[in-house]
Amino acid sequence: MSATTSITDDAGAVERTRALLTSADTGRRRTDRAMTVLIYGAFTLAVIPLVSLLWTVVVNGIERFNGDFLFTSMRGVFGGMDMGGAYHAAVGTLMITLTATVISVPIGLLVAIYLVEYGRGALARATTFFVDVMTGIPSIVAGLFAFALFTIFLGPGAKLGIIAAVALSVLMIPVVVRSCEEMLKLVPNELREASYALGVPKWLTIVRVVLRTSVAGITTGVLLSIARVIGETAPILITAGVSDSINFNPFDGRMMTLPVYIFSQYRQGPVPCREDALDCLVGINFDRAWAAALLLIIIVMLLNLIGRLVTRWFSPKLR
Amino acid sequence: MAQRIDVKDLNIYYGDFLAVEGVSMTIDPKSVTAFIGPSGCGKSTFLRTLNRMHEVIPGARVDGSVELEGVDLYGDDVDPVAVRRTVGMVFQRPNPFPTMSIRDNVLAGVKLNNKRISKSDADELVESSLRGANLWNEVKDRLEKPGSGLSGGQQQRLCIARAIAVKPQVVLMDEPCSALDPISTLAIEDLIQELKKDYTIVIVTHNMQQAARVSDRTAFFNIAGTGKPGRLIEMNDTATIFSSPAEKATEDYVSGRFG
Amino acid sequence: MTTTDSPPDAKPGRLKPPTRRRNHGDTERGFSRVFRWITTGSGAFLLLVLAAVAVFLIARGLPALTASPEELSGKGGLPTGMNSLWDLVGPLVFGTLLAAAMALLLATPVAIGIALFISHYAPRRAASVIGYVIDLLAAIPSVVFGLWGGRTLAPIISDVWVWIAGVLDFLPFWTVNVTNTGRSLATASVVLAVMVLPIITAVSREVFLQTPTLHEEAALALGATRWEMIRTAVLPFGRSGVISAAMLGLGRALGETMAVLMILSPGILYSFQIFDSGQQQTIAAFIASRFAEASGLAVNVLIATGLALFVITMVVNMGARAIVARRKEFSGAN
Repeated sequence: MSATTSITDDAGAVERTRALLTSADTGRRRTDRAMTVLIYGAFTLAVIPLVSLLWTVVVNGIERFNGDFLFTSMRGVFGGMDMGGAYHAAVGTLMITLTATVISVPIGLLVAIYLVEYGRGALARATTFFVDVMTGIPSIVAGLFAFALFTIFLGPGAKLGIIAAVALSVLMIPVVVRSCEEMLKLVPNELREASYALGVPKWLTIVRVVLRTSVAGITTGVLLSIARVIGETAPILITAGVSDSINFNPFDGRMMTLPVYIFSQYRQGPVPCREDALDCLVGINFDRAWAAALLLIIIVMLLNLIGRLVTRWFSPKLR
Repeated sequence: MAQRIDVKDLNIYYGDFLAVEGVSMTIDPKSVTAFIGPSGCGKSTFLRTLNRMHEVIPGARVDGSVELEGVDLYGDDVDPVAVRRTVGMVFQRPNPFPTMSIRDNVLAGVKLNNKRISKSDADELVESSLRGANLWNEVKDRLEKPGSGLSGGQQQRLCIARAIAVKPQVVLMDEPCSALDPISTLAIEDLIQELKKDYTIVIVTHNMQQAARVSDRTAFFNIAGTGKPGRLIEMNDTATIFSSPAEKATEDYVSGRFG
Repeated sequence: MTTTDSPPDAKPGRLKPPTRRRNHGDTERGFSRVFRWITTGSGAFLLLVLAAVAVFLIARGLPALTASPEELSGKGGLPTGMNSLWDLVGPLVFGTLLAAAMALLLATPVAIGIALFISHYAPRRAASVIGYVIDLLAAIPSVVFGLWGGRTLAPIISDVWVWIAGVLDFLPFWTVNVTNTGRSLATASVVLAVMVLPIITAVSREVFLQTPTLHEEAALALGATRWEMIRTAVLPFGRSGVISAAMLGLGRALGETMAVLMILSPGILYSFQIFDSGQQQTIAAFIASRFAEASGLAVNVLIATGLALFVITMVVNMGARAIVARRKEFSGAN
């Protein structure tokens, strides 16, 4: 804007316009650049721990991650012995998560159906709100609740897989409700109306049309919610306890799970070995913890991956 | 203040798709130029290339040139931010910033450019811009109220005040009245007549009567079919376009035979 | 001129379905009615579960609330020198809030940056991949974060804390103690921050993506740079969303157990020595560390502290959800 030559002068006008169009305010441009750098930096900052974590888990865990580790328990393993595995923990994780899924999915799905197909009025509003609130329950509180609930029937000190499964259900149901609700909402109303027009009663319409159309999405939602609770540690620690043996029965005795296994190995810390001991590994407990962490991450990632693939393969038909 | 625009052989692409093909035209300073044509003919897309707003859409690019007073807007040393400051724009739907008061809305652009503006200068600018947009008398008592509380027509005039507060050379209007009632539309049309004393105005409109009422020159755009690029069919004085157009397609369109 | 009439056509079609749906209620019979009862019952059951959580925590925590000081320090297993429940719960609440607040302070700016990166900076195709990467962070179990934090991060980051403490130590009236092991609340908070990052990012991203294009274009057309556009249009629009996102993250950080349990070397003090070990402890980690050995009144004491955690997280979460819900109504009305 600085050029002040006569307005009628053609060349002057061109210069003036050029000045106007190129007059980049350096201060503003610098701020813009700085913010761009900061925002790219924020992203990088978040990726660093992710990469570091995955890298350390893989590098430290791969060493002991073999058939021996996957298919032996910790029974009779003590000190720095170069043996012992996470089989019992994998079994426990499987049983407890399965039980929790069996409890949570029907309830969660029914609540989702209620909210989408029937929900109206105060009860529905309250349910929607408190489902969201329930997703924020601290996992340890869910564990305390399950513990307190079962002391009524079993007296204090009972440690069972089923108690842990109930604790996980409290955490899992709201997640199942949320994801199923989203999926049911995607089912176009025309499909429901077409079914009613054929004289199909409402409940059959929901089961045969709505649920069948959204089955892929519901599967994804269930898989992702399993992935979320499978890594829970604290509620299981206080409800199913710690165990070294294989136990397939959630209604009888303590059960180990992978997260608790990782924690208890970590807590045992380095082994005090005698200097002349040949079969004593100082860091064996940490090695086992890393290997179990690798196993757990692989399971969680697989659940996530399968969940996403299921939607990708099946959802285009819906839209 | 006002400046002329020369467009030469402009092609507009979205990715590989050619949206508008081979437009050349001259837009006179201190005049109102209207773009008319059926939906999807590329007139709004073309309008947006006049202040590089189309670049907001990923993959959009142009070749050819758009010169403002002889300076190519797409030249290497030209800053798109400066272009948009020089060539202001008013949108189809009024869009005052909902979190800002009326006063802050008017000052929004100025505050970006020049962070320190004295209160008296700011007051003066708010008043002159709102007067320029024929809105001062309606809002002078509630400058601190949110802009979203105004009626649609008032909001649109607030947006015009906001655009002229940064003292642009050219004001582009993309169907500024299509979301407004007839009375508000009339107010905006009167305003356009006043604004052309100071600015070069380019307006896209669906409404041919409006084009006939407000513009000095009219450009007719058309499209041969879906998937084909839009083209400039004819540009002339508004009276000529509406009375004796050179092209058959123009005549069909302005007489209401299609589109 | 027919072209001008196209927008109104869309409206009636969109309005129809809800009005039709409203009619079925009257014509239900047979199993349809039973099915309605079952689903409605499930909804009510869910509320019942939440209520049961509160009721059981109160019922089982009550003995600790009513016990005498002697009982508490004897059978109740209170650490020596404490003779009321508040002596225990007070510092624990303090530690929990301090850890969560620091985590939030670290995580929120980064999360907003990532959310903006995904919504307004990254190329569209990259954005979805990046969103997926951030979701991966959310999928990693907390116990793995604890393992990584305790074994990998703590030894590295302790050098940073030593350096920062050295700098801060020049301040008058304040001695900054620092541990060489890295097992301090500062380290735990960094790990908590990483753990709450995904949820804050996810919610903020959604809000930023909802910014009306109209407002973004209005800012750009006034000659705003990208950052100025974000400052004038995106951030004011998303502010309440970001606040509720941060509160959700706060709720998560308050209740997180394992990362704190595995990293922090605990103490039960009202202490701002965040770089030192043996100073603070959080409620969740305290319960997890003591529960196995506790019996009788000691369990009641732990449940009572759990009740305090429950109340705090519920308040935070309900606040966050209320803001989100109000926001939804707001945007729905427009």
